[in-house]
Amino acid sequence: MNLSTQRLLGNIGLYTLVVLISLFCLFPFYFAIVTSLKQGTELFSTSLWPDAPTLKNYISLFTVPEQPFGRHIFNSLGVSFLVVVASLLLGVTAAYALGRIQFKGRGLLLLCVLAVSMFPQVAVLSGMFELMQTIGFYNHWWGLTLPYMIFTLPFTVWVLTTFVRDLPKELEEAAIMDGCTPWGIITKVFLPVMWPALVTTGLLAFIAAWNEFLFALTFVLNNTDRTVPVSISLISGADKYEIPWGKIMAASVLVTLPLIVLVLAFQRKIVGGLTSGAVKG
Amino acid sequence: MTNPKSELTRERTRSAWLFLAPTLVVLALVAGWPLGRTIWFSFTDASLDSIGDSTYKLVGLSNYFGEYGVFNFAAPEGFWQTDWGMAIQNTFKFSLVSVVLETVLGVVFALVLNAEFKGRALVRAAVLVPWAIPTIVSAKMWAWIMHDQFGVLNAMLRSAGIIDHNIAWTADPAYALWSVVLVDVWKTTPFMALLTLAALQMLPRDCYEAAHVDGIHPVKVFFKVTLPLIWPALMVAVIFRLLDALRVFDIIYVMTSNSVATISMSGFVRREIVDNNYVGYGSAASTVLFLIIGACTLLYLKLSRVDLGGKK
Repeated sequence: MNLSTQRLLGNIGLYTLVVLISLFCLFPFYFAIVTSLKQGTELFSTSLWPDAPTLKNYISLFTVPEQPFGRHIFNSLGVSFLVVVASLLLGVTAAYALGRIQFKGRGLLLLCVLAVSMFPQVAVLSGMFELMQTIGFYNHWWGLTLPYMIFTLPFTVWVLTTFVRDLPKELEEAAIMDGCTPWGIITKVFLPVMWPALVTTGLLAFIAAWNEFLFALTFVLNNTDRTVPVSISLISGADKYEIPWGKIMAASVLVTLPLIVLVLAFQRKIVGGLTSGAVKG
Repeated sequence: MTNPKSELTRERTRSAWLFLAPTLVVLALVAGWPLGRTIWFSFTDASLDSIGDSTYKLVGLSNYFGEYGVFNFAAPEGFWQTDWGMAIQNTFKFSLVSVVLETVLGVVFALVLNAEFKGRALVRAAVLVPWAIPTIVSAKMWAWIMHDQFGVLNAMLRSAGIIDHNIAWTADPAYALWSVVLVDVWKTTPFMALLTLAALQMLPRDCYEAAHVDGIHPVKVFFKVTLPLIWPALMVAVIFRLLDALRVFDIIYVMTSNSVATISMSGFVRREIVDNNYVGYGSAASTVLFLIIGACTLLYLKLSRVDLGGKK
């Protein structure tokens, strides 16, 4: 076998793998889109192409009053937005303190923050249930902001700390020379250069809050206050035996498309954020 | 000491604590306090109503051991056949198999994505799609693909002649757990691949050039050079994923509706607390899960040699 046939075989192997990987990753979502465009008996044929594409499934999502999907989207957007704002506000100051100031107990604090991010959510379930009821957050979509901080805040603090630590020292020293207060250093010196990190962590916190299921399922029983993941899990048909797969797939596509667009747009930053969150430490 | 430098240091320390205070308060409120209460409830006979008006009683360790405890070793059917025993087995089987599969697949994906080919950027984007899809949505999508009567998976396998009758992937106890593993692998392999790819891209190039010049077989280069070099990063990613897998809830809950054949430890805890209203008993189970994950966290911290001093 000469060198060029060897190379050709290698290329064929590589491209086969590439095609297989792409199919593996994309097919389920593609099939969900196809299903969401099918109606009636066509749903139960396993064809990979809708013969008579229709948007009826999408329309019915917003017209059945018992399952107010539009309202659920609003709730999810609202709580995710609140979570992002709260995490970033708290995260920026904490990250400055942890990343730029040497003080006793800093290592222990970082350790605690990291440990909280590893918490199994159910470990706080009964205690959080009591807390939510006591302070009146139970059964309100905005009340979910509080429990969601348990997974977004440690992550935000951690990634932002890594980012702040890598910024050049001179930036801060010059500001101190000019008599800048610590608060001034954060708002005038660090915030302007932190945008990339803020966008990444904000987006990841948004995705995490948008996808959360266990707390949303447990702490909100009120139908109008549900978030979209719970809403999708509860979509039901006219009777117990008829599961409206077309409608479920339509809802799935709707809540996923914006995320995919966001993730693809911020690809590089997200990969960077994930790596510094998980591996670099 | 009254020199200006130490004055500055003192002031910076003060402001550090001031800046940290809000975050620490919130973390104590959302993590510390509820965890403490959960552990407290695990020693009581609390129910969802009695935690409201504090009418529950202390019951000692009976939620943990004895006839009504999570560790009922004297159960007539045997401990491993109790629901909690099943939940432990399911969670560990699920975690081990899915993490091993997605690590192997993730490394393969990363090696392919690290190669040069046309359209590489597009494929890298495609790999991110499963990761971007909400867990609940992937569970529903796959539940439909694996539907016993109308699912496309059965249809494909049948037309390929691999099976001759439809399989109830999520309902048949023989397949249910492995179906869930498949969905988890689909969803999280991209994450593993990206972390591995990041490690691959930091490798020194000269080793490879030397190996190429010496005509060493690529497979040998992978096992002798690449794998040892990316091993530390890979192990950290593995434990990170393992911690995630051990708390699995959504996928299993949505795909197999909490059937005992596939119930996870998290699913068991939620069922006992919310559906059965055994807050004390469920809290005991969740405390056990917390201890297991805590032990794995310590392992993670040790392995990743987290740079706590901030000295880079």
